Amino acid sequence: MTPPPRIRPQQLDFADKVRGLNWALVLLVPILGLVGYLVLYSAAGGAHAPWAWRHAVRLAFGTVAMLAIAFTDIRLIYRASYAIYAVCIFMLMAVDIAGTFSKGAQRWLDLGVVRLQPSEVVKVALVMALARYFHGLRLEEVRRPSALLAPLGMIGLPAVLVLGQPDLGTAVMLVAVGATVMFLAGVRLWKFLLAGAAVAAALPVIWANLHDYQRERVLTFLDPERDPLGAGYHILQSYIALGAGGIWGRGFLQGSQAQLDFLPEKQTDFAFALLGEETGFVGALVVLALYATVVAVAFAVALRAGHHFGRLLAAGLGVNFALYVVINVAMVAGLIPVVGVPLPFISYGGTAMFANLLGLGLILCVDVHRRLPLPRHPGDPLA
Amino acid sequence: MRPDPDRAKLFTRRALVVGAAQLAAFGALVGRLWQLQVRDGQRYAELARDNRVAIRFLAPPRGRIFDRRGRPLAINVPTYRVRLVRERTPDLETTLARLARILPLPPHRLAEVRRQALDRRPFVPVTIRDDLSWEELARVAVRLPELPGLILESALLRDYPHGAILAHILGYVGPVDKDDLRRDPDPLLRLPEFRLGKTGLERVYDRRLRGRAGRIEVEVNAVGREIRALSQDEGRAGEDLAISLDLELQRFCFDRLAQERAASAVVLDAITGAILAAASVPSYDPRPFTNGINAATWRELVANPLRPLVNKCIQGQYPPGSTFKMITALAALEAGLVSPGYEVFCPGYLDLGNTRFHCWKVGGHGRIALVQALAQSCDVYFYDIARRVGIDALAATARRFGIGEQLGVDLPGERGGLMPTRDWKLRRFGRPWQIGETLIAGIGQGFVLATPLQLAVMTARLCNGGRAVRPWFVRDRFPEAADPSGRAWPRLPLPRNGFDAVLRGMYETVNGRLGTARNARLDLPGITMAGKTGTSQVRRITRAERLSGAYREEKPWEERDHALFVCYAPFEAPRYVVSVVVEHGGSGAKTAAPIARDIMRRTLELNPAGVELLAAREHRDVPG
Repeated sequence: MTPPPRIRPQQLDFADKVRGLNWALVLLVPILGLVGYLVLYSAAGGAHAPWAWRHAVRLAFGTVAMLAIAFTDIRLIYRASYAIYAVCIFMLMAVDIAGTFSKGAQRWLDLGVVRLQPSEVVKVALVMALARYFHGLRLEEVRRPSALLAPLGMIGLPAVLVLGQPDLGTAVMLVAVGATVMFLAGVRLWKFLLAGAAVAAALPVIWANLHDYQRERVLTFLDPERDPLGAGYHILQSYIALGAGGIWGRGFLQGSQAQLDFLPEKQTDFAFALLGEETGFVGALVVLALYATVVAVAFAVALRAGHHFGRLLAAGLGVNFALYVVINVAMVAGLIPVVGVPLPFISYGGTAMFANLLGLGLILCVDVHRRLPLPRHPGDPLA
Repeated sequence: MRPDPDRAKLFTRRALVVGAAQLAAFGALVGRLWQLQVRDGQRYAELARDNRVAIRFLAPPRGRIFDRRGRPLAINVPTYRVRLVRERTPDLETTLARLARILPLPPHRLAEVRRQALDRRPFVPVTIRDDLSWEELARVAVRLPELPGLILESALLRDYPHGAILAHILGYVGPVDKDDLRRDPDPLLRLPEFRLGKTGLERVYDRRLRGRAGRIEVEVNAVGREIRALSQDEGRAGEDLAISLDLELQRFCFDRLAQERAASAVVLDAITGAILAAASVPSYDPRPFTNGINAATWRELVANPLRPLVNKCIQGQYPPGSTFKMITALAALEAGLVSPGYEVFCPGYLDLGNTRFHCWKVGGHGRIALVQALAQSCDVYFYDIARRVGIDALAATARRFGIGEQLGVDLPGERGGLMPTRDWKLRRFGRPWQIGETLIAGIGQGFVLATPLQLAVMTARLCNGGRAVRPWFVRDRFPEAADPSGRAWPRLPLPRNGFDAVLRGMYETVNGRLGTARNARLDLPGITMAGKTGTSQVRRITRAERLSGAYREEKPWEERDHALFVCYAPFEAPRYVVSVVVEHGGSGAKTAAPIARDIMRRTLELNPAGVELLAAREHRDVPG
């Protein structure tokens, strides 16, 4: 005996979709984009070229794409999840095989017209694939150890591929996001503890297999003044930039660390240090608050989603977004070693921006289609 | 009921856990930012300032050196150089080609400039040539508008207009080396153009001459490009130095000595200790050292057997020979063992045990007392009194008069000579002192060594009434030198009885009928000088040579005796002391004394101390 299903719309028209759009989230994108624009304008010494204007153009196109995804029927997305994941894995492999060299690491896939960084997109694809997988399982099924093999494979495959590029930051993010989605899907806590113990046991092995520059980064993180003009230089200059900003900041275009090029990679990974130098503790807090709002909205969307796919997708993407911010800021502020993770909508870089807009688009899509029924598997009338 | 309520509920619970974890992570970030930006903000602001501000030092002009009459001895001359800043030239090749048309530039130099310009960061200037003549400078300057990227700069280069004459005294400046950097933290030394005093007065008084670096604080970016100047401090120019030397007298000494292969002369103010001239030949040209001398020239200078790099006045150590006899006489008088009337019979030799010690005069001087023993330089007389005094008392007197110890002159590398004692010999050779060695030491031979400067100081202390003057070029080298009357110098104990006889002996040496330096009398009206010859053996005369008389014949230069002479004048009111050593000059009387006489005459003519030379006579009677 099953209870009768509540009446749900099978189809939404465009007006429904626009009405169902989460405008708070939509508005946060241009706000963060504007912050990014100003940071990049300052990074160029007060010039629109070479970064700021491109950033703005990409953001505009990306926002359109985000909205397009938001309005796409979630059932389509649900069905395409595995395929998208497969394409991403394929691209990752392609990078490993034929990727062009970029800063000693193969991360780019040159498609002729655009250079794509599949490792950014694969995070979103992983959440999609996991959400779809767990959507199809009942809780009792989730509790079976055999049910964990597939998601572990889904996480492990891209993580290993990314690690081979080598890109430690993305690998860590993939594992963290994947684990969080599994946790949210109901995998038993003790299994995480067990996995944690296994990772701890494997650390020496991992250490032995790290690239020299990765080890150097870890050692430098542990003691940045070990080699102030070498590998520790970036961290030290980043500390100095943030610290010199003080409470209120040194003023727009007034940060000597950034303006006089002491700050490395100030338009990409260390953009937050420039922000902190020029706008101070207050500015940094405001930006962190904006990011926290994005994450909070994502979780709100997850909590009110009517189907498990949507819940896991929105929460997983929210965690993914939060990880970008936390890892980047923690790196810039010297809480963790230097890993190449950009700051969403502020760091210059096309693929990461598109990946993040893609993620937000999916969250919006979940919200738009939160009342739409989604069967657990084809032919399940109750879904 | 909603489908699958269990997993939705579980999701909600776990989503809250994840949300809390995220909140904690953001909280940690905020905490960290508070640490960096609020708590430690001040410290990081300072570090940012350190990053941003670079200090550029400006070399102050080096202090000049003048002689006692204000004539320049070491000066700074402007030189002009042309440099290239790559980023300011639209096309490097065009600019260089145009410059090559108006300025001689060898192809290898052009290639070097091109390489440097492309290697260095584009805003770093590359020197094309740094020795432009005035005419070349003008040629480049008028065409500068069509030579974008070129800059003309002037710098001060140390110059020694009198070259070799003063090389041993002034020394020279040269590029800073690693040892200098380790010893001296002055930021000036880190300037590429800076030149440091390497030897001579340039080295001793380097701190005063170099001045204090000016500083410009400039804002720089991470690669060191200067953005703008923030503040400027001009620094302080180096202090000019006036030294005791008289340039004209120095030149005269140098020219007079230059007729010999290797010789040196010192002219001293007996009252103050001021060095009026100190010449050493051969010398060298100090100018090539300023920019770092090339290896070939250096090797040549070092390999030269006449040792042009050595300042023989303070670094040449010679047996003083008979010029030492005043010390022997004084030691005996002090000990009360002899009186001026004490006589010795000189048969031409003195036998001690199985050894015969010869007098220079074959056949001997017969009966002879102190004054004539000095005037005729009778060796037997001094063998006799030296034996009675003993080496240790002899050494004590010699030391008081400056033999065997460094005098502290303001030049680097001063040697102390050698005054042997019993202890010294035992320590040095592990054998006891032989009495025969006392005899030899008594005539300034054997172990005894003195520098020309020590001989001059010895003579000064003898003639100035026993004031222990020390030699200097810069007055504040010694506090005692500040008093022009010379009374600040400590008084030496002199024998009450017979001291005048020593001076009288020196007077007779030059002016007496039998004096060894009779041919070196002053020919100035009303002024006489006193002196003492010295001929010191380089090689012992063998018994065979003495018997055959072969030692009198012409010997190869390096085996000939050193010729020495010390003198002072005016005899009645001593003021100037001259000491001359001619290496392998053969005979003090024949070679050194005439040189010393000429120098003394010139000194008296120039009268650098500016004293009344003739009037002084009235105050003092000529001693009997």
